[in-house]
Amino acid sequence: MQGSRRDFLKLAGVTALGLSAATLGFLGEGAQAADALPMAADFANPLTAKRWAMVIDTAKLDDDTMDKCIHACHSFHNVPDIKGKQNIKWLWKDDFEATFPSERPDYLAEEVKKRDFLLLCNHCTNPPCVRVCPTKATFQRPDGLVAMDYHRCIGCRYCMAACPFGARSFNFQDPAPFIKEITPIYPHRTRGVVEKCTFCVEHLAQGKLPLCVEASEGAMIFGDLQDPNSDVRKVLKEKFAIRRKPELGTEPGVFYIL
Amino acid sequence: MYNAKFIIPGLIIFLALVLFPFVKGFGNPEMKVELEKPKNAKECILKTDQMRDSHMVLLNEWRDMALRDGKRVWTSPVDGKKYDISLTNTCLQCHEHKDKFCDKCHNEVGVDPYCFSCHNTSPVKKEGGK
Amino acid sequence: MLEKALKGSPRYFGALIACLAVMGIGGGFYLYQLNVGLTITGMSRDVSWGFYIAQFTYMVGVAASAVMLVLPYYFHHYKTYAKMIIMGEFLAIAAVIMCLGFVIIDIGQPQRALNMVLHPTPNSILFWDMIVLNGYLVLNAVIGWTSLMSYWKRMTPPSWVKPLAYLSIIWAFSIHTVTAFLYAGLPSRDYWLSAILAARFLSSAFCSGPAILLLLTLAIKKLTKFDPGKEAVKTLATTITYAMCVNVFFFLLEVFTSFYSNIPGHTDPIIFLFTGIEGHTYMTPFMWTATLLGLGSLFLLIPPKWRENREILVPALIMLVIGTWLDKGMGLIVGGFTPNPFDRVTEYLPTKPEVMIALMIYATGGFVLTILWKVALEVRAEVDGKL
Repeated sequence: MQGSRRDFLKLAGVTALGLSAATLGFLGEGAQAADALPMAADFANPLTAKRWAMVIDTAKLDDDTMDKCIHACHSFHNVPDIKGKQNIKWLWKDDFEATFPSERPDYLAEEVKKRDFLLLCNHCTNPPCVRVCPTKATFQRPDGLVAMDYHRCIGCRYCMAACPFGARSFNFQDPAPFIKEITPIYPHRTRGVVEKCTFCVEHLAQGKLPLCVEASEGAMIFGDLQDPNSDVRKVLKEKFAIRRKPELGTEPGVFYIL
Repeated sequence: MYNAKFIIPGLIIFLALVLFPFVKGFGNPEMKVELEKPKNAKECILKTDQMRDSHMVLLNEWRDMALRDGKRVWTSPVDGKKYDISLTNTCLQCHEHKDKFCDKCHNEVGVDPYCFSCHNTSPVKKEGGK
Repeated sequence: MLEKALKGSPRYFGALIACLAVMGIGGGFYLYQLNVGLTITGMSRDVSWGFYIAQFTYMVGVAASAVMLVLPYYFHHYKTYAKMIIMGEFLAIAAVIMCLGFVIIDIGQPQRALNMVLHPTPNSILFWDMIVLNGYLVLNAVIGWTSLMSYWKRMTPPSWVKPLAYLSIIWAFSIHTVTAFLYAGLPSRDYWLSAILAARFLSSAFCSGPAILLLLTLAIKKLTKFDPGKEAVKTLATTITYAMCVNVFFFLLEVFTSFYSNIPGHTDPIIFLFTGIEGHTYMTPFMWTATLLGLGSLFLLIPPKWRENREILVPALIMLVIGTWLDKGMGLIVGGFTPNPFDRVTEYLPTKPEVMIALMIYATGGFVLTILWKVALEVRAEVDGKL
């Protein structure tokens, strides 16, 4: 095949760019770096809490960082990339009106109007999804996490109807073809079950923070709400934070500093 | 007996159909499957005959222990070693190729466990192993 | 007694074969859904319940409506319903079977359905719905079959039938109340979060269910020699009319509370359904058709002279059934999920495979009903010498 020197240089340049981008972590922490196989010893010192919570300092997050957080979560947890209305998302971003629909702001500060917010499962203290699940496939752990047992889920989607925050997604079809790059040390789900953010329960068990918190460059703080000395309590004491739809009494565990 | 001329032949045909597999297989040698043993480990978490008999029970217990009870470490009664409770990361780490190990017995006895609809990657390989 | 279903006219077997054919075609689509997943439906992350659950809700109402006959007949010895009562109980059986069918085809992992029994969860209303629906099925099957069998053998029914019938009266109210509780206890869906939802369900059930029963009975009257009796038709039509008045009244109550309080969570779904939001107007034809048909049916049913005229009664009942079906079927489910928790609209319309699979369940109900009603009519013909 006749290739010119110009073509070869173009190809070499692109390849070099791609390799350096990957090593620079430009595309975010891919499955590559996180793929260390967990052994029994890794679970010797889990992070524990009486009630896990998260504070998101929305002013510190820009679009790129948010994309990194979302990519960190979705790529590790094998969340499929399905386009359209049957999509699946554990962590995503949206504007102020969608995040806080009960605010209905007439004259919103420019700063906040431009800003996007990270949305995820709020791991409520009073979760309506847990209340309605007929098989306890979604259940509340003693540490406040609202967990999913994909083995038991019958796919009735009652939890999706009950969640006031639209945090849950249903596998309308087999997700495997839609997972771009599978992380082999974490399973994916099958069709017919509901899934959502798990506050990285498998990372907490290894003493690590959730992936989005790690990727957020300090904008997301994670800790025990019932420990007065925890990071979340400290930041909540200093800054005023709101939660989504607090009037519903679900007591969400995700706070937003605007 | 009413309708004996239908019932007796019917019963005989029914018994013939039900007993046919046993009659056909009588005298066959014991089921043998060729399993590819893992390359990097000599011992499993339990003895082979224990695993063969009750690995499904163990996996069911593991499933609830890890996911529902938050217990992530299991101690083997055979040698006291601790293992991460994970089908993907413990079992499939050694038994890399599901089709050369797991499927061999499952296909022979005709079971189709749904575990593999999600846990079908081995942590050793980069792409999903099937 | 069941052997009476094995012999019949060509029309009878034609009806059975037609039902089986639809069950077969729908069954093929269902196999497709089992293989590929619920992606073949029009449901989405935002509208996660759709046509199947809408039919389930409507058929629970039809099942509960048998109480409109059972209560007068057993509690108040209203003998006028003597010929209709078994038809109503058998319709309830077919309706409950359809309800259970609609739930099974809707869940993502139907082979795990027994998880609800293996891991009972009393705090979940869906658990109680499973219990009350299956209980109602057993109740109606036992009461219906035993009373029909006793009638056939010209004996008085055993003494335990009556307490069971009384239980079934309470139980009928409970099945639709529990189904309403599925919706009315969710903090996430403002359109459903209303105490009156349970009352609306019951009122729409008590007009649509007996309307369906009456229409089917009048159809049977044309096909066989079965005559429910002028008085029975008159009383049932009157019951239907009162129930529809209450149904419309309750809806207007909802409209008042929503719009007088002007709370967006309450008004948005209704505005969306009847006028559309942000250009999404696909529901408005359904809702306005339902309104016109519902009010039109009342217009025809309220004047007694018209209600007692078969030529007017039948179209009025058909209008009522379609109107309530559109409102409780499509309107209820879509209105609950729209706007979504982010105040946006995701459109939902059932896909063709979805409709075919739903038709499979309807055909199953038709199949069961045809057989049960055949048995009842044959028994009556044998005992009375006439229908």
